[in-house]
Amino acid sequence: MQTHNDNSTLSPPRSRRTILKWSGATVATIALAGGLLPNFGISTAMAADLGEGDIGILNYAYALEQLEAAFYTKVIDSPYSDMPEAEKMILTEIKDHEVAHRDFLKKALAEKAIPDLEVDFSKVDFTKRESVLGTAKVFEDLGVSAYNGAGKLIKNPDYLLAAGKIVSVEARHAATIRDMLQPGSVAFAGADVVDKNGLDGAKPPADVLKAAGPFIKTEVTAKSIVGKK
Amino acid sequence: MNTQSILGQLDPELVSRLVGNRRGLFASVAKSLGVFASAPLVLAAASTEVFAAGLPKQIVDTLNFALTLEHIEDAFYRSALEKEFIPKEHKEVFNNIGLHEAQHVKFLTGALGAAAVKRPEADFTAGGKYADVFSNFDTFLTLSQTFEDLGVAAYKGQAGNLMENGDILTAALQIHSVEARHAAIVRRIGGKKAWDTAFDEPKTMEEVLAAAKPFLKA
Repeated sequence: MQTHNDNSTLSPPRSRRTILKWSGATVATIALAGGLLPNFGISTAMAADLGEGDIGILNYAYALEQLEAAFYTKVIDSPYSDMPEAEKMILTEIKDHEVAHRDFLKKALAEKAIPDLEVDFSKVDFTKRESVLGTAKVFEDLGVSAYNGAGKLIKNPDYLLAAGKIVSVEARHAATIRDMLQPGSVAFAGADVVDKNGLDGAKPPADVLKAAGPFIKTEVTAKSIVGKK
Repeated sequence: MNTQSILGQLDPELVSRLVGNRRGLFASVAKSLGVFASAPLVLAAASTEVFAAGLPKQIVDTLNFALTLEHIEDAFYRSALEKEFIPKEHKEVFNNIGLHEAQHVKFLTGALGAAAVKRPEADFTAGGKYADVFSNFDTFLTLSQTFEDLGVAAYKGQAGNLMENGDILTAALQIHSVEARHAAIVRRIGGKKAWDTAFDEPKTMEEVLAAAKPFLKA
């Protein structure tokens, strides 16, 4: 396992040909997606379009899992002050899960996988428990609502099942992180995430990418899935 | 995945229990098919009438399966919360879980309309095996975790059967992750890890009903 820094890409750079391919796709899509997506900046030569159809959805999930895996890797590499052993154990397992999700999706996507994303956690204070767990809560709830919202966009039942196997683990993470922040309360499935029908969140890709945007430096475009509700 | 009437492949005894609320419909269909018609056959015929309600049969069957599980969970927490054995510090959590299960029952019943199955008669002692389920918090926790983890696996296993209707699929996924939140907190209260591995596995309808059967009154 390589170690990841905020500003490093998460694996060796792609070939020039791949970069050109992704850039080409991006140019065509900025105009379309620009109105819906935040400006991710152009700090990197690489940009990623998620692609079309099920590939687009899998890449979308892959982008989120990359973000989560990079976050928890950093959390474990530089634990907050006085991180109790029990919390370290939990956060390490969550990190391992996110890495497993990321690697699973990367393998499933094979040559269609988007490049490794450059992340930006400059807003997170990794020395403070509240900042770390607060960010974890945002990521986990976002992940749950992203998978819930994307399910109906998936065409292949095998991919839907694979997403299902991941999303309930994300929900278990979300409940756990929430309980770590507010022990013994109803926060694990609080009224801020579960509605009066007893339903969890479900967000369309445009909303999710907008929320994840500030944490991702790489330009991400999603012409085929953004706009789908 | 199974594309036929899934309930139709089940133990006739169980099917007749699940469709018992449509006694009138059931009886009239049974009559028209002849008294010797098997329960699955009658159910298949009854489901055809349900089809007229607007939802495809596969979706009706799947939602009724989900509703059956939600009924079991709802009854389980209702029964538990009537008693005074849940430690004070955990009461709020189980109130919240119970509230969600009641909401799921209401939501699915509303979606199914006249096609909704009735609440099955439950026996949470499973014939005496868990005699102290509503007096011993540890026994209660064991069953609570069983039902929540089972619910997660059940919804996951059925997602493919709901693909035809995006809104219903989304709602089922939204319930699925709430069940996972429940499973996680119940496990934590029991001093366990909130998960098994990085991937939660699905269960088929048959596997789920086999696991639930001991808790349904014969």
